[in-house]
Amino acid sequence: MTTYSQPDDAGHYGEFGGKYVPETLIPALEELESVYYHLKDDSEFQGELDELHREYTGRPSPLTYAPRLSDDLKLNIFLKREDLNHTGAHKINNTLGQILLARKMGKTRIIAETGAGQHGVATATVAAKFGLQCIVYMGEEDIRRQQLNVFRMELLGAEVRPVNSGSKTLKDATNEAIRDWVANVEDTYYLIGSVVGPHPYPMIVRDFQKIIGEETKEQFAAMSGGLPDALVACVGGGSNAIGIFYPFIDDDVQMYAVEASGLGLDTEKHAATMSLGSQGIFHGASSYLLHNDNGQVQLPHSISAGLDYPGIGPEHSYLKTSGRVKYLDATDNEAVQAFRWLSEKEGIIPALESAHALAVLQQRKTSMEKWDNVVVNLSGRGDKDVNTIADYLGKDLS
Amino acid sequence: MRRIAELFAEPTKKLVPFITAGFPSLDSTVELVLAAEQAGADMVEIGMPFSDPLADGPVIQEASQIALDNGITVKTIIRQVEAVRKKSSVPLVLMGYINPIMRYGLDQFLSDVESAGVDGLILPDLPPEEGFDIYKKVKSHSLSPILLVAPNTFEPRIRWIGTMAEDLMYAVSILGVTGSTISANTKLKEYLGQIRENTDTPFVVGFGISSKEDVAAVAPLADGVVVGSALLKKIKSADDPVATTREFIEELKEGLLDKKGIKVSGRKIPESRSSTGSE
Repeated sequence: MTTYSQPDDAGHYGEFGGKYVPETLIPALEELESVYYHLKDDSEFQGELDELHREYTGRPSPLTYAPRLSDDLKLNIFLKREDLNHTGAHKINNTLGQILLARKMGKTRIIAETGAGQHGVATATVAAKFGLQCIVYMGEEDIRRQQLNVFRMELLGAEVRPVNSGSKTLKDATNEAIRDWVANVEDTYYLIGSVVGPHPYPMIVRDFQKIIGEETKEQFAAMSGGLPDALVACVGGGSNAIGIFYPFIDDDVQMYAVEASGLGLDTEKHAATMSLGSQGIFHGASSYLLHNDNGQVQLPHSISAGLDYPGIGPEHSYLKTSGRVKYLDATDNEAVQAFRWLSEKEGIIPALESAHALAVLQQRKTSMEKWDNVVVNLSGRGDKDVNTIADYLGKDLS
Repeated sequence: MRRIAELFAEPTKKLVPFITAGFPSLDSTVELVLAAEQAGADMVEIGMPFSDPLADGPVIQEASQIALDNGITVKTIIRQVEAVRKKSSVPLVLMGYINPIMRYGLDQFLSDVESAGVDGLILPDLPPEEGFDIYKKVKSHSLSPILLVAPNTFEPRIRWIGTMAEDLMYAVSILGVTGSTISANTKLKEYLGQIRENTDTPFVVGFGISSKEDVAAVAPLADGVVVGSALLKKIKSADDPVATTREFIEELKEGLLDKKGIKVSGRKIPESRSSTGSE
């Protein structure tokens, strides 16, 4: 068996990835790449990050056996509890790593894009901790839907800049963050929130998220011995999925990634980039993309804002094409059912994003055998989604 | 010899207006290009709208969105170029983000735009490392690839880009998106001088050039200037976009004349360039 080694030196994952950006950003990407390669294996840098994870993030996050879910499905279901991290999701793994990079590069101004606000909050958090200026771009439509997270970011001292171009959502916030970076490239660090964008970002974010899989491997071996049979994770941009998959990629472990099919694959309202998209170039990389016959990017839909993105990380496109990861989907309705299932059976309210991963088990969309050991990446907690669920179920909370 | 190489072999400074295809209305492209030529444009850059134009500021973003809402497509733009070509020999450049082009089919696109009469392509999100093979193909279709240089591009890279571009480069005036203010770059002279020192490939300057005064200030430092956002802004609020385009370009053109009303001449063309002009 050959050892997996992606991307290549030019940042390509097979025919995907690369850096499709305006000339102005090339020097910035090259600088980032060279600093990152230098620090990647630097024991002092890694030591600092490990310590922050222990004392600030609260790592390692537990691996929890879910007996009542297991009983329902005749599978052994384990949950990797990224919901228990500081700020409530896996996002902090990446923002802490990148803020250390920004500091090493002497950048004083941090910018980020956010959809639902989870990455914005995780960025504002680490910027506050290290006393750096932080500007978060957020679509006006998302600001309206996610007032609470906007206020959290403001409490953390960040400036939330409304974006009113295009669809006024995550893709437009990303465009605007990139435009800001082009204009302020000398003092500004762009802290991308997922395994998307031009090289080296997808690789850097993966490397900061792979701690999820590394811990899972160790914890599972300690609890049960050996390796799990399968891993399941949701994908929007795809950082939590890559994070748990990557350390297992050369092992005999099945991997399922679950994208959001919104109102259904047979409707126009979905975010099923892998099922219904095709190769395209968007936000600096070549990858699967939802776009129309004229190459214009389409607006996705998902009940979960974190999966509501028309693109996906280039490494996922590679893993789909190579067949190493199987890409499934779950609808809004299936995700809400799974959300309630976990809440009622195990006393854990998951993020709606993570509920998509659970949904494919509940709906028996995976090909698993009785009492197989399955680890689901519970990428975030669901407090932020309570209003959305109430809305969906027609319950008036006001 | 490719039309753009021929144009920039002349030592006069060039005025290059930019319009967005399908803006303000789907069918306005042809008449606006022709009006621009009549008013004295030396070359016209036509923007192919994309839903997510990363390198563009609010004016071009909005124009692109309006054009897309009007129903503009790559196919329609190629037909519009054909219509212009029937009436005019003004050099034409298409500016477009790479995704709609790849979706159309790269080879099909290149042969269709070549036969429609396009002379050059600006692909702002296709830097040389990703575009190496594509730019070779562009040239094999007798089109000039117009590559971008930015104020933070290192010197060896300027030389590389100059070699790859061959006929013309596009110097982005500032660190920023289109429609910014050019005065923000206080080192413009030094930056453009550095390009000149490193390559014989001619270059136009764009981003933030919005008035006759800007044209007059920048033209002496380059081979030509591009005016986009300022023109689109005027077109947007105009009752008669054709007349407005003509008037504004005539006004900008004054920035290229000296006090006696004579066209400002550029640098001497180096031997090496003028002697390669036989293809």
